[in-house]
Amino acid sequence: MNREHIVRSFSEELRRLTTLITQMGGIAEAQVETAVRAVAKRDTGLATGVMQSDARLDQYERDIDAEAIRMLALRQPMAGDLREIVSSLKIAADLERIGDYAANIAKRAMVLAQLPPVRPAGAIPRMGKLVQEIMKEVLDAYIDRDLDKAIAAWRRDEDLDDLYTSLFREVLTYMMEDPRNITPCTHLLFIAKNLERIGDHATNIAETIHFLVVGHSLKAVRPKGDTSSFALVNPADAPPPPGDDAAEP
Amino acid sequence: MTDLVNETGLRRSAYQTEAFEARLRRRYQAERRFQLMGIGAIAFAGLMLVVLLATITLNGYTAFFQSRFDVEVFFDAEAVTPSGSREPAVLSAGDYPALVRQALLDLVPDATGRDGKRALMELVSDSAAYTLREMVMSHPEIIGTRQRVSLIAADTADQFVKGHIPRDISQDKRKVSDRQIAWIDDLRAKGVLAKHFSLDVLTQSNSRQPEQAGMWGALIGSIMTMLVTLALSVPIGVAAAVYLEEFAPKNRWTDLIEVNINNLAAVPSIVFGLLGLSMFLNFFGMPRSSALIGGVVLALMTLPTIIIAARAALKSVPPSIREAALGIGASPLQVVVHHVLPLAAPGILTGTILGLGRALGETAPLLLIGMVAFVVDVPSSLSEPSTVLPVQIFMWAGSPERGWIERTSAAIMLLLAFLILMNAVAIFLRKKFERRW
Amino acid sequence: MRIEVSQRAMAGRQDGAVLRGVPNKITARAVNVHYGAKRALTDINLDIEENRVTALIGPSGCGKSTFLRCLNRMNDTIDICRVQGLIELDGEDIYAKTIDTVQLRARVGMVFQKPNPFPKSIYDNIAYGPRIHGLAQRGPEMDEIVRSSLERAGLWNEVKDRLREPGTGLSGGQQQRLCIARAIAVSPEVILMDEPCSALDPIATAHIEELIDELRENYTIVIVTHNMQQAARVSQKTAFFHLGEMVECDDTEEIFTTPRDERTQGYITGRYG
Repeated sequence: MNREHIVRSFSEELRRLTTLITQMGGIAEAQVETAVRAVAKRDTGLATGVMQSDARLDQYERDIDAEAIRMLALRQPMAGDLREIVSSLKIAADLERIGDYAANIAKRAMVLAQLPPVRPAGAIPRMGKLVQEIMKEVLDAYIDRDLDKAIAAWRRDEDLDDLYTSLFREVLTYMMEDPRNITPCTHLLFIAKNLERIGDHATNIAETIHFLVVGHSLKAVRPKGDTSSFALVNPADAPPPPGDDAAEP
Repeated sequence: MTDLVNETGLRRSAYQTEAFEARLRRRYQAERRFQLMGIGAIAFAGLMLVVLLATITLNGYTAFFQSRFDVEVFFDAEAVTPSGSREPAVLSAGDYPALVRQALLDLVPDATGRDGKRALMELVSDSAAYTLREMVMSHPEIIGTRQRVSLIAADTADQFVKGHIPRDISQDKRKVSDRQIAWIDDLRAKGVLAKHFSLDVLTQSNSRQPEQAGMWGALIGSIMTMLVTLALSVPIGVAAAVYLEEFAPKNRWTDLIEVNINNLAAVPSIVFGLLGLSMFLNFFGMPRSSALIGGVVLALMTLPTIIIAARAALKSVPPSIREAALGIGASPLQVVVHHVLPLAAPGILTGTILGLGRALGETAPLLLIGMVAFVVDVPSSLSEPSTVLPVQIFMWAGSPERGWIERTSAAIMLLLAFLILMNAVAIFLRKKFERRW
Repeated sequence: MRIEVSQRAMAGRQDGAVLRGVPNKITARAVNVHYGAKRALTDINLDIEENRVTALIGPSGCGKSTFLRCLNRMNDTIDICRVQGLIELDGEDIYAKTIDTVQLRARVGMVFQKPNPFPKSIYDNIAYGPRIHGLAQRGPEMDEIVRSSLERAGLWNEVKDRLREPGTGLSGGQQQRLCIARAIAVSPEVILMDEPCSALDPIATAHIEELIDELRENYTIVIVTHNMQQAARVSQKTAFFHLGEMVECDDTEEIFTTPRDERTQGYITGRYG
């Protein structure tokens, strides 16, 4: 809101709410970044840090919920203020889920670190970077209430989905090459899925920002590039399993 | 404000300091002084009122007593009908004063000689002869018989018996001579002459002789005049106020009318008398000195007061009632008649009574239209000559005989009683209407 | 489904009415009102839909009460007030010379801010309107009108044993319901309410709001209110007035979640002035 509310305490409370969201978003961003780094560097210390920090995000969500409900009851907000408060509830929920997924990635990073490295793991940092970019764009859009940025971020989810689909295929192929890769690859699949879900939640936030600024939800159907549900790899196309005398990768 | 901290070291309010309490005491003292002044003013006014009422009453109550001679009269046929005929014309011409004289002489034998007899006759009212004549005319069979009759004493004797004429001044300064005083004392001692309670002062009509005069004519005249005034001024006044307040457009003309009405309320009443004289008497030729013309003149005088009071009463009705009625679909006239007037009624009544009260006591304009006439008959219609109470008082007060003083005071008492009655009616009506609001 | 509507109705800024096919009970076009030299309303275009509650909101002095009073020509009682423009009730211009204001005010009733029952008995308060319009004779016919009006106003059970007592002896909320019953008794088509609850406590206000909801089925209601939450609760359409202009008129839901005009947003969220 460009102008201040006549009752100053109302404006201050709204500002506090948005500040909480912004802070929560920053922490969630950092969580994702650290989790991805833990996977890339096979660093269990980083991973443990992420898992412990998730509690902070949960606390933030509780605080934001309480604040929002209090303002609804006591201030009877209308129009823009109402959308502001309802949006903050939704965004907090999405950020909390993002944090959960980040913690999940960190957990699996710890497992991966104890297993021999696999090649498709190199694709994770690329996916992670894209996710982080989307998150940053969305959080900036929230701070500035920038509709264009939010829509741009919303479209990039398609790219993320494409990345996920190709990684999915790659990992499936890799698993078929050598059954000893199945364990780490399965974890990789879950990690990739988590990243894709993080992207979805970031896109949810973009849709919420659209509702916040414009007043109604984004009517278009979210472009879905995730065809992994239909991914089918023919065993006949798979390279032959390595023989006993094949060199280790 | 330096001593805001008391002994225990705690902060006190600025309103708990000595200085403030001293100022507070002075304020209360000023208030008490003001109250005392108000009470003093009311007490003074009350005192004046009590003095006025006491003076009037003390002067006037004796008018309700009349000295009468209780005598035996011999209806001598010689005096009544020398010819012996019982024709009314003959009977009415009988020598009744002789009968009176004889009756008195029987009681006071030492009234000898023409002087003595005249002095004795002076003690009895002229009306005594007419009383006897009335008796004979209505009952001719009493001729030749002796009857006990009550005869009214003359004004001078009456006043002496009431103590208004002092004994201890020299004879030539008194209206009653020493000889007459002796006779009066004698007759009183014998019980022949005594004071009786009498309402004649109210029920008799006007007369030149104070002992026979009463205010009945003036009372009826006042009532009739008031009725005419009421019938003319209230409907016209209320209708004018309703039009001016509710329907007239608010422009310069209506402002001018309002200013004029306010001024008319302050015009000296005698001007209305002049108006009545020039217009109603000379131009329209209305009957002079009648209750009709008196009522019309007084109505003109009262009209501005009623209009102003009615307008104020109408203005005081809150607009919410008008709007509610209009919103239901009442026409403007229905709004006024069904809703505004009933609520304005107490104020209108107050104004009416104020105006009528003033009109009741007005003398000057009525003098000019001729209501000073000496009217003996009680007026039976609006166009017959009549007089009103204040004019009656004015005329009586101007006559020399001693007996008029008490009668004037009695008339004033009646006038005041009339006013109090009118006010009581107004207050009762106002309370009755006020309850519904 | 699209309904044919007149050109004039299409000319307004309304969209909901046209699409929904609800007829317009009252239409206002280019209404300008002056109090002497001061302009109170500027070019108002507004449609009031039948059997709906339309709320007029706006800050003090914005002209909403003035507009309301134009709808039943109560502004005629104010000498310096001049009304220009077209206001139609069921297609008839109410400011035409052939229109009788008494008849108009019987069709378009009004309830005022401060309850103003007549200083008569409760029975007479209700019976007055039907009596002067000749809607019923004294006796059982009138009794029936009084009873049904009081019932519809939700007051019957509370006053049925004291119909002869003065109307001014009731509580504030009851008095206002009495005024509403009085307005209903003449069977109007439209009921105008000028801040009807501003002098009442919350419970009485809730009773009145419930009553408005019930009345909506049979009457068209236009309500001016200072209380935005009340407008939000009670109305289906809301019009926002600002400095004599009608800024925005839309479905209540839209106005209070996504107002289009910044001035509306500012007022509704308390960022006014």
